[in-house]
Parts: sequence; structure tokens; C-alpha cells
Amino acid sequence: MTTIVKISDDALARAAGADRLAEAFARKGCEVHRVSSWGMHWLEPLVEIDGRGYGPATAADVDAILDHDRSSTREAEKQPKDGPLGGAPLAPDFSPEGAPERMWGEVIEDSLFIATQTRLTFARAGKTRPLSLEDYEANEGWQGLRRAREIGPAAIVEEVMHSGLRGRGGAGFPAGIKWKTVLDTPGLQKYIVCNADEGDSGTFADRMAMEGDPFQLIEGMAIAGEAVGADQGYIYVRSEYPDAIGKLDAALKLCVEIIAPFKCEVRVGAGAYVCGEETSLLNSLEGKRGEVRAKPPLPAIKGLFGRPTVVNNVLTLMAVPHILAEGGAAHYQGHGLGRSKGTMPIQLAGNIKHAGLYEVGFGVTLRELVYDIGGGTYSGRPVKAVQVGGPLGAYIHPDQFDIKFDYEEYTAAEALIGHGGITVFDDTVDMLEMARFAMEFCSIESCGKCTPCRIGSVRGVEVLERIRHGGRKRDTFELMPQIRNAPKNAGRDAGDEIGLLTDLCETMKFGSLCALGGFTPYPVMSALRNWPEDFTRDPANVEKALDRVEG
Amino acid sequence: MSTKEQTLGEIIARHHRREGPLLPILHDVQHEYGCVDAESEALIAKGLNLSRADVHGVVSFYHDFLSKPDPRPVVQICRAEACKARGVERLINDATLAAGERVKIATVYCLGLCSAGPAARTGDDLHIRLDEAAIVKLVENA
Repeated sequence: MTTIVKISDDALARAAGADRLAEAFARKGCEVHRVSSWGMHWLEPLVEIDGRGYGPATAADVDAILDHDRSSTREAEKQPKDGPLGGAPLAPDFSPEGAPERMWGEVIEDSLFIATQTRLTFARAGKTRPLSLEDYEANEGWQGLRRAREIGPAAIVEEVMHSGLRGRGGAGFPAGIKWKTVLDTPGLQKYIVCNADEGDSGTFADRMAMEGDPFQLIEGMAIAGEAVGADQGYIYVRSEYPDAIGKLDAALKLCVEIIAPFKCEVRVGAGAYVCGEETSLLNSLEGKRGEVRAKPPLPAIKGLFGRPTVVNNVLTLMAVPHILAEGGAAHYQGHGLGRSKGTMPIQLAGNIKHAGLYEVGFGVTLRELVYDIGGGTYSGRPVKAVQVGGPLGAYIHPDQFDIKFDYEEYTAAEALIGHGGITVFDDTVDMLEMARFAMEFCSIESCGKCTPCRIGSVRGVEVLERIRHGGRKRDTFELMPQIRNAPKNAGRDAGDEIGLLTDLCETMKFGSLCALGGFTPYPVMSALRNWPEDFTRDPANVEKALDRVEG
Repeated sequence: MSTKEQTLGEIIARHHRREGPLLPILHDVQHEYGCVDAESEALIAKGLNLSRADVHGVVSFYHDFLSKPDPRPVVQICRAEACKARGVERLINDATLAAGERVKIATVYCLGLCSAGPAARTGDDLHIRLDEAAIVKLVENA
């Protein structure tokens, strides 16, 4: 019997050399199945034979892997269970510094990283071939859509409400309420728009979902279409994801008849981060500049081409097929904490040893994520900061690591969950530089429609640069007697500049039209609050400025 | 009719019945010519019955559309937070030196490979876990 070898064809695995590896196994006469990724990215390219994993593997390891597999099949009972990830709990300082951690013959599903997850949205990850309709059918595919068609629109919306599903794009708005609004709004033409413009650094769950299980996303959209009476869907994918675009296009061709009368099409973005904001995305789909629209009217009432539109994130729509399956809503609702129901695919990224996708019910603490699961930093140095929620998310200090993953708890801590990306930094990071970068990023990506974001971000970069240089003296020109309006004092010291920065952040937070300008203050202010020593030699400056805006 | 007019006519004809045809058209033109120049903008505006200002506004808004072609090979390096956390800033100098005048080093914010950065993209090929040697090799082979 030929050995079946599973190797992922996810973009990350391919970048790590999975294609060459697959060829090498094929040359040895193995049957290679290109499946989705398990999400254990530090082990990619990961080879799976009979449920046992080998990674990171190179073409040179092929013989050793096949030998190991033959011998372990013979002595299946003697299989060591306490390998690096084979069940023994991982301490933060698990592997000797600098030693590459690998998996060699352990059962993947028993590994701590996978066994402690609750995979509902990513139930098929690592198991099925992304473009195989057969695999999809055989693993509970299309069950949600079939049941949705039986129970009808009102009942579908009811199920989604019952599940407690909230928008996974960042805002956390209840999906059921959005769908109900669209259902109740009269209109001959309605649309389902999938927001797959995953621009946040530190997030890759949408990419993995689209590449690994495109049919599940399409099924979710078809169910949404069924629920609100829309027959046209658009998936707006960013141009930085060529693999996802290719997979979705191919998947849509394969399932045209299954989802009919619902039609769906992929649209490619053009490198604008702000198009991840829903109204800007709609403008972009219409072929306009990706400028943000003022709300109201809500997209649910006047969305794409002025018609009622459901705009949901990839992960929101991906959760829907499970919810709509028999008993799914109650099951989904059974996970989580408080008003944050269900599971969140958390993305462990940046300087972290076990980086990858970790789907778990809400309520997990950052400490568990960063140390127990993530294994601490990849560089072996102490963790200094963790940014949760992408470039607009707050930097969280290790002292706050007991915070539970929950929309309300993060909001209370002046932070946000966003799209569930966690970026870990070690102690070499300069938080003033990260704050400056947050402002710079906003200035590059601002759509330009509202002033606080367009101009505030540029001023923010300037202020932060002056804080780095300890303030700003009056220049000769300003001191000239002819320039009567210019104050003739010594100029601003670092403390005055920090005061300006906090004022600016207030203005941006409350005065911007959308989350780009409105949330850029989160990383800036959290960096200032938690690491004042990176900004100025005299932390009293920071305290004074913070008291003024917060007190 | 010039060949450009003809090619653009074909591209417009391929998309103009779709809802919101402008972005798909611009992508095709960018792909065909490596840029969307003023001449193309005028032709697209005529084809879709828009003003040239409308089309130019859209072209200039998006980072992916260039106003003039750049014949150099491009290496896009991700410099967003997650890749910064994994040390991308240390590579930029080497990459720029290796690139010289021949290769264009572009900054991109996030390729979705945040768990295995620093990451870069050349064409549709992605590269991860880059260090100084790897980025220099990548730039030299671009």
C-alpha cells in the first residue's frame, strides 16, 4: 500500500519549502495529499503520515521520515508520548536557547498546541484538501446550508442570534442583529459582502481560512444570502494574498451549482489598508476611492450601491456553517465568557516560539497564550510587550497578562481584541519607536477624508520625533523681533511635547470618522502609559500629561 | 486605432458589464503595462463614461497602481509590527545595499506571514524566516 503523506499547501508552508518537499515524497512513490495547515507555523513545512508529524522538514529528511514511520508503525504501542509537544506541559523555558524546536514522529492531535484548542471554525484545518469537494462533503460540509434552506430566513437569523456570534473583524457587533436589519429592510437587490481585507499586522486567520477551507466561507456566505434574501455575494480580498485569491476563484467555480441561486465573486483590493473598514470597502467595490463613509446610514440599510448589505468578516461567515448545523447554535453558545460567546481563532505572531493559529473559547488569559501555549519569545529574551488587535491595538504590559480574552474586558482596559492577532515583542523593542510607527502607519494609510486622522497622524509623527529629541527650542527665525506672533520663550521641553501628544490622541480618538484614526491612539497611549521610561528621562512628565486627559 | 487603444478596449469590454468594473479594469491595465498612465486613464474614463478626474482619483488612491512603469524587479519587504518584532529592521540596510539601482525595495504592510517573519514577496512567491544572508540572496536573485 502506498504511504499517504499530508503536506500543507498553505502560503506559509509553501514559503517554507513545502512544494519541494512534496515533490521529494512523490518521487519516493508516496501519495502526497496537499492539505490545509494545522496552524503550527513554527513546524512548517510539517509532514504528516498516519497522524504523526515531522517538522520542520526539508527534502533531505525524506528518507529519515519514511524510515521512522515504518519503524513507528511496527511499534505503535511503544510510541513515546513525552516528546517536545507530545503531551507534557510546556514550561516557558522549555527548549534550550537557540535550539530549533521540532516535532519528530509525535501524534499531532495529541500535541499540547492542538489538544488544548476548541476548533469549530478551523475544524477541518490540517485534515482536508482545500479544493476537494469530496473531502468537504465527507467532513460535514454543506450541512449548515442544507438545514438553512429547510428552516427559512427568520429561523436562520434566530439561530445566529441564539449562538451569540459577534463580528470577528474587530467591532464585535452581534451578527444576528445585523442580519435581521438587512432581512427587515425591503429591497429588490441585497448583497452579502465578505470583508477579507485582512490588513492588520499579526493576523493571518482569514488568509488561512480562505486558503485552507474556501468552501466553508462560501457556504457561510450562501447561508447569509439565504437568511436575508440576497443572491449576490462579493469577497473582497487584499492583493497581498495571491494564494487565497487563486483558491477562492477555483473553489467558486467548483461549487457554482451547489450554492445556486446564490452567486459569488472574488474582488481584489489594491493595497489600501483602510479598505478593511466596511464603508471604505464598499466604496472600493463600487470602483471608487476607498474613502470612509459617514454612518448612518448603516451598510445594512444602504450599503453596496445603496442597497441593503451584510458586511461580515471572513471569520464571522466561517463560523456560520457550524452554527447552522443541527444543534450548532447551542454548542457554539456554550463556549466563551460573558457576552463573548463561542470561539476565537487567535493568531500568535511576532517574537513567539510557538507561533500559529490557536482557536479557543473566549476567556483565555494572555499569560496562558504567551507562555503556556506560545512558549515565550522566539529569541529567548524576556517579553516586554504584547500588541493585541493589530496595528490599532494597545500594547499590553506583562503585568496585565491576567486579562481574559473577552470584548468587554479589553474595552475596560483601554485595549481591543480586534481580529485576534497577538504580536509579541522581546525586551529589545523601543516603545517610542513603536508609537511613532503607529502614527506613521496611520499617516500612510489614512484615506484623507477626516482631518483628525489625515493631519493628526502626521503631527503625531512629528511630536513623537521631538519627544525623542527632548523637545524643541525656538529657532532663530521665531526669535527675530519682526516675528511678533512667535513666543519668545525657551520652547517646549519633552514634558510639554508629551502633553501635546496626549491632547492630539484625544482629538483623534473622538474626532475621527472611523477606527483607523480613532484607534491609532490606542497603541500610542498604551506605550506611553506602560513604558514612560522609553519616552522621557523624567516619568513625572508622562504622569502629568496623563492626569490631564484622564483625570 | 493604436494598439493601446485596442488592448484597453478589450479589457474594458471584458469587465464593463460587471458591477463596479473600475478596479478590475485597473488591475488588468496595471498587469498589462506595469502602470496606469494618463493615456490609459483617459481611455478608461471614456470607456466607462466617467470623468478623467474620477479615474485619476481612484488610480492615485491605491498603492498598487503606479503612474509610470518601473522596469526594475521588485522585492516587497514587510515592515509591519510582527515582522519588526522578528527583526526586519536589521535587514533593511543589507537589502538596500544589495539592491543598489537594479532592484526596487518596496515596503509592504503585512503579507499574512506574521508567525514566521521577517517576510518578503517577489512576484507571487513568498519568503519567510529571512535573515541577513537570505535577504541578500533574495535581492540578488530578483
